[in-house]
Amino acid sequence: MRREIPIAICFLVGISFILEYFIPHEDVLSIFETIRQWAIIVIAFAYVLGIANLVRINSHVIQRKGRDWPYKIILVVSLFFMITVGIIFDIFGIRLGGIGEGTIFGWVYFHAQYPLQATMFSLLAFFIASAAFRAFRIRTFQASLLAVTAILVMIGRVPVGESLWADFPDFIEWIMNVPQLAGKRAIMIGAALGAISTALKVLTGLERTYLGGE
Amino acid sequence: MRKILEKLESLDRRIIFIFIGLSIAIPLLFPVYTDFSVTAPVEGFYDAIEELSPGSKVLVSCDYDPGSMPELFPMNVAVFHHLFSRGHKIIVMQLWATGTLLAERAMNEVLQEFPDKRYGEDYVNLGFKEGREVVMVSMGTSIPKTFPTDAQGTKLEEIPLMQGVTNFDDITILMNISGGLPGTKEWVLQVQSRYGVKLGSGCTAVSAPEFYPYVQSGQLVGLLGGMKGAAEYEKLVQRPGTAQRGMDAQSVSHIVVFLFILIGNIAYFSVKGKKKRLKVSR
Amino acid sequence: MWETIGIWLGAFLTLCIFSFLYKDNPFYKLAEHLFVGISAGYWATLEYHNVFRPNLWDPLTREGRLLLIVPFVFGLMLFSRFTKRFSWLSRWPMALIIGIYAGITIVGYGSGDLILQIRANLLPLYTDHWLTSLNNILLTVGVITGLIYFFFSKEHKGALGAGAKIGIWFLMISFGASFGYTVMSRMSLLIGRVYFLLGTWLHLLE
Repeated sequence: MRREIPIAICFLVGISFILEYFIPHEDVLSIFETIRQWAIIVIAFAYVLGIANLVRINSHVIQRKGRDWPYKIILVVSLFFMITVGIIFDIFGIRLGGIGEGTIFGWVYFHAQYPLQATMFSLLAFFIASAAFRAFRIRTFQASLLAVTAILVMIGRVPVGESLWADFPDFIEWIMNVPQLAGKRAIMIGAALGAISTALKVLTGLERTYLGGE
Repeated sequence: MRKILEKLESLDRRIIFIFIGLSIAIPLLFPVYTDFSVTAPVEGFYDAIEELSPGSKVLVSCDYDPGSMPELFPMNVAVFHHLFSRGHKIIVMQLWATGTLLAERAMNEVLQEFPDKRYGEDYVNLGFKEGREVVMVSMGTSIPKTFPTDAQGTKLEEIPLMQGVTNFDDITILMNISGGLPGTKEWVLQVQSRYGVKLGSGCTAVSAPEFYPYVQSGQLVGLLGGMKGAAEYEKLVQRPGTAQRGMDAQSVSHIVVFLFILIGNIAYFSVKGKKKRLKVSR
Repeated sequence: MWETIGIWLGAFLTLCIFSFLYKDNPFYKLAEHLFVGISAGYWATLEYHNVFRPNLWDPLTREGRLLLIVPFVFGLMLFSRFTKRFSWLSRWPMALIIGIYAGITIVGYGSGDLILQIRANLLPLYTDHWLTSLNNILLTVGVITGLIYFFFSKEHKGALGAGAKIGIWFLMISFGASFGYTVMSRMSLLIGRVYFLLGTWLHLLE
C-alpha cells in the first residue's frame, strides 16, 4: 500500500483538475477550489523542505570539516540571519524587523542578494561571447543558416542596425514573425504532445519515478 | 597573417572578457543615444493600455528576480507609469518570491511622480503566493480565497479597490512582467486560454522568440522583449530610463560578439586549411 | 549613511563575483556561499509571510477553519523524508503535488499550446496581398515540415526525408534567432551591473 495509495492520490487529484474544466457547476468547483488551496500550502512546505535539506547537508559538511567548510558556516549563518530578521524580529515586534523596504531584511536584499544574483547572471555575457568565439563554427549549410540568422538578429535588433539600414528592424520582425515563428510553433506543438503524454503516464501510474525507491 | 590567425584560435578567453567589458563600459561612459523605432509587438502592448476605459482594473504580475532586473525593472516601472498616467487602477502580485521587493521598489519609484495615488484605492499589492500554475487557476475561481490578505496583512474585503473583484472576470487586462518559469507561458496556458483574459507580456530577451507564436495567435495582445523592448516602451510612454540608456552599450557589444564569431571562423578555417594542405603534401 | 554602506557592500560583492573571470578564488567562494545562504533564508521568510501565515496559520487558529489541518499534516509529512523508517509517508504529499501539476499540464498545454496554436496556423494560402500569401505559405510549410522532422516512428527517407530536411532549415532559423536574442539578454544583464558600478557606485555616468 506504500506505493498504491500515493498513485491513487495522484490519479484522483489529477483527474479532478481535468474534470473541473468540463464541469462548471458551483458546488463541484468549490471542492476543487479547496484542494487547490491545500496544494498551495503543501507546495510552500515543499520549498521549506528544500531549504531544510540545504541546512542539513551543509551542517554535515561543517561537522566533518569537509571541503570548503568555513564557507558553509557563512552559508548557514546568513540563512538563519535572514530568517531571524524577517520572521523572529517580526513576531516579537522588534524594530526594523519583518520584510519590505526600510527593514533590515529589505536592506540585505537590495545590497547583498540583489548585487550577488545580478552579477552571477551577468557572468553569462562573458561566457556566451567566449563560447561564440570558440565553438560557433559554420561547417554545414544548416549551421550557416543558424549563424546568419543569429548575426542578422543581433545586429538588426539594436539601434546600430537601424542606422545601417532603415528597414532592418522590419526585416528582423519578418524573420521573427514568419520563419522563426514556424520553427517555434512546430517545437511548441511537439512539446505540448510530449507534455500531455507524460502527464497521462503520471496520472495513470505508468510513470512512478516521483515515488522514489522502496 | 596565418600565424596571427593560428594564435587567435587558441586565444585566452580572459582577453575576450576584457573586450566584452570595454564594449559595455565605453558606450555607457560616452553615450551617443542612437535613435531607434518602435516595433509592432511593443506597439500592441502600448495600444492595449491606451484602449482601456479610464479607471480600469489592471492586474500586473511581477514575476522576476534580480537576475533579470536590467531588462525587466525598466519595463515594470514604465508599465506602472503608463497605467497611472491614464488613470487606471493597479493590482500588483508576484509569483516569484524575489519579485516582491522589486515590485515594491518599482511602485515607490513611480509614486514619486503620482503623489495623489492612494494605496487601497488606486493601487494594491497582493504580494507573493507560492504555487505557480495552481495559484493562477485558483485566481480564476476566487482571488480573495487565493490571496486572503494583501502584502501588508490587510484582509481583501477591507480594501476598497478589491471590492467586487472575485476572479478574472473583474479584471480588464493582465500584464505580466516575466523572468522565466512561472511566467508568461504559464499565464497563457492556464489563464488566457482558459478564462479568455486579455494578456500582455514583458519578458526577457531569452524568452521573447518563443512568445511570438502567442502574439500571432492573439493569445498575447503585445510583447516587450528584453531591454530593447523596454527601451521602445519607455520611448512610447515618454519616460526615458535605464533601458534607453543601455542601448548604445547593447549595440556595441553585439558588434563585438559578431566580430568574435567572424574572427573565430576565419581563424578556424585558416588553420583547418593549413592542416589539410600539410596532410596532402605528406 | 546606510544607503552608502549598502552601495559599497554591493560593489564589493559584485567585484567578488567578477573575480571569477580571472580564476576561482576565496572572494568568489565567499560571495557564492553568501548568496546561497541569503537566498534560501529569503525564500523561507517569504513562504512564512505570504503563505504560511495568511493561508494556513491565521485561518486555522483565528477563524477556526479546522479542515486546514489536512494540508498542514500533509505538509509536515514531507519532512518524514529525513527519517529512514517513515520516509514513505512523504510520498502522499508528493503525489498530491505531482497529480495537480499533471492535471494542470494536460488542460493547459492541450488548450493553450496544442489546439489554439494549430488553429492560429490554419491560414489562407491565397490572399489579396502577395506578401501575406507568401508569409502564410511559409508558416504552413514551416510548421508542417518542422513537425515532420520530430516524427521519428518512420525513417526519414524519400518524401518524409525531404520534408524533414526543410523542417530543419526552419528550426535552424528559429535557433539562430533564439541565439541572437540570448546574446541580447546576456549583454543586458552585464549592462545593468556595469551601470551600477560606474554610475551608482563611482558616479562616473551623467
